[in-house]
Amino acid sequence: MTAESNVGVTLESICVPSDDIVAREIEGDIVIVPLVAGIGDMDDELFTLNETGQAIWQRLDGEKSLGEVATSLAEEFEAPLEKLQADVLGFASEMTRQRILAARAGRA
Amino acid sequence: MIVPVTDFVRRVTRPVKAVASRLGRLDLELTERCDNDCVHCCINLPAGDAAARSREMTTGQVKKIVTEAAGLGCMQVRYTGGEPLLRPDFEELYLFARKLGMKVLIFTNARHVTPQLADLLARVPPLVTMEITVYGMRTESYEAATRSPGSYAQFRRGVDLLLDRKVPFVVKSALLPQNRSELDEFEAWAATIPWMTKRAGHSMFFDLRNRRDDPERNRLIESMRLTPEEGVALLTRDAVKYRKEMKEFGGKFMGPPGDVLFGCGAGKGLSIDAYGRAQPCMGVRAPELTVDVLESTLAQALDHFATLREMRATNPEYLRRCAKCFLKGLCEQCPAKSWAEHGTYDTPVEYLCEVAHAQARWLGWLSDGEKGWEVTEKAEWCKRVEAT
Repeated sequence: MTAESNVGVTLESICVPSDDIVAREIEGDIVIVPLVAGIGDMDDELFTLNETGQAIWQRLDGEKSLGEVATSLAEEFEAPLEKLQADVLGFASEMTRQRILAARAGRA
Repeated sequence: MIVPVTDFVRRVTRPVKAVASRLGRLDLELTERCDNDCVHCCINLPAGDAAARSREMTTGQVKKIVTEAAGLGCMQVRYTGGEPLLRPDFEELYLFARKLGMKVLIFTNARHVTPQLADLLARVPPLVTMEITVYGMRTESYEAATRSPGSYAQFRRGVDLLLDRKVPFVVKSALLPQNRSELDEFEAWAATIPWMTKRAGHSMFFDLRNRRDDPERNRLIESMRLTPEEGVALLTRDAVKYRKEMKEFGGKFMGPPGDVLFGCGAGKGLSIDAYGRAQPCMGVRAPELTVDVLESTLAQALDHFATLREMRATNPEYLRRCAKCFLKGLCEQCPAKSWAEHGTYDTPVEYLCEVAHAQARWLGWLSDGEKGWEVTEKAEWCKRVEAT
């Protein structure tokens, strides 16, 4: 497990794919394949993302904070910012808990 | 299986759209060499065979193939042999595939599982359960089959290392005269392995000729084969369960195949031998169904095999019997088995035919002397299967 992944996520956090997984794009889907033991609850578990999950994932470039990711999505999809902030935080919290994402504190 | 994690993430045991991948499966024979010398085996050149080793794909060539497979959406590579762990670059090739996001299925005899490899497999799991072939439950029986002194102790050590590190594996046996009396003991032991979710499987209907055509060896293998009746006796040890399973199976899969040769999944995946030659499956090694993927690409090989589904049987004997036989689902006859024994795609393999008919007679699907192709009405064979 990377040291970063235990950090609780906030809108200021910056999240990136963990070194513990491999993310593949297959036929337009993102498939997340565990690399090390302990990701997921079963020995052969993989993960896929729905469209919203993919839209968030593709914005996790190591530069944008989660708040900036939510803003970007709100602009593109013309959706309420507060709703998207909650969605992005929910997504990032679950994915860091699963060690699929690694989070670090963003810019002060 | 799909389990919601959040609204945005799904847990799956395989990608939802995996079927849309251009390449469904990749089998890689990393070597034809093996440190066992089992008489029934069709792919066990001596471990020290320098000529074979010099012809094997290099590390870079294997990596190129695996990379291309991943690019075609392939989710799983099977590393097999011979004994794949004989390759000094095995760990490198394993990690390479895993870092490309592929599951790795390992077929091995476990003799070369080291503490280092077991640690690696525990830390970076293959994501698919390893398969280990077992040749006996004691030194005498195991090494009578493998003809390799010291092999039993190495196998047990390898298994113990995997158990200790909790690396998931299953076992299967090669059922030979040397170990047949230990069948119950093997199955009892297999049942103690935490990852054995079903009864251990057995290889028992061995091919003649396959890759190792030699009259003396063929005679020896023939002498080691179970008779069809012995095979049925083994398959039906749990008679109630077997009958129930076959009734369900028969209801779904019985029926004459007609003249279509490749009704299986051949051609959706690729099997590549130790020298970089791709075939639609491991059994069919016909020159016209072989593509050198060191000189071309996997995509080109897939294109080449796309015509498999158009291939039709022409052998009159096959058309008279197999094409019309409703036992097709029960019988192991296929182009690969035909190729192994006869060098053609459509020659009936008598032994497999006899084994299938012996099972059908036991199940009450056929009377004594009756043949599967003589039951021509679908309603009739459906009735017999239903009455199982």
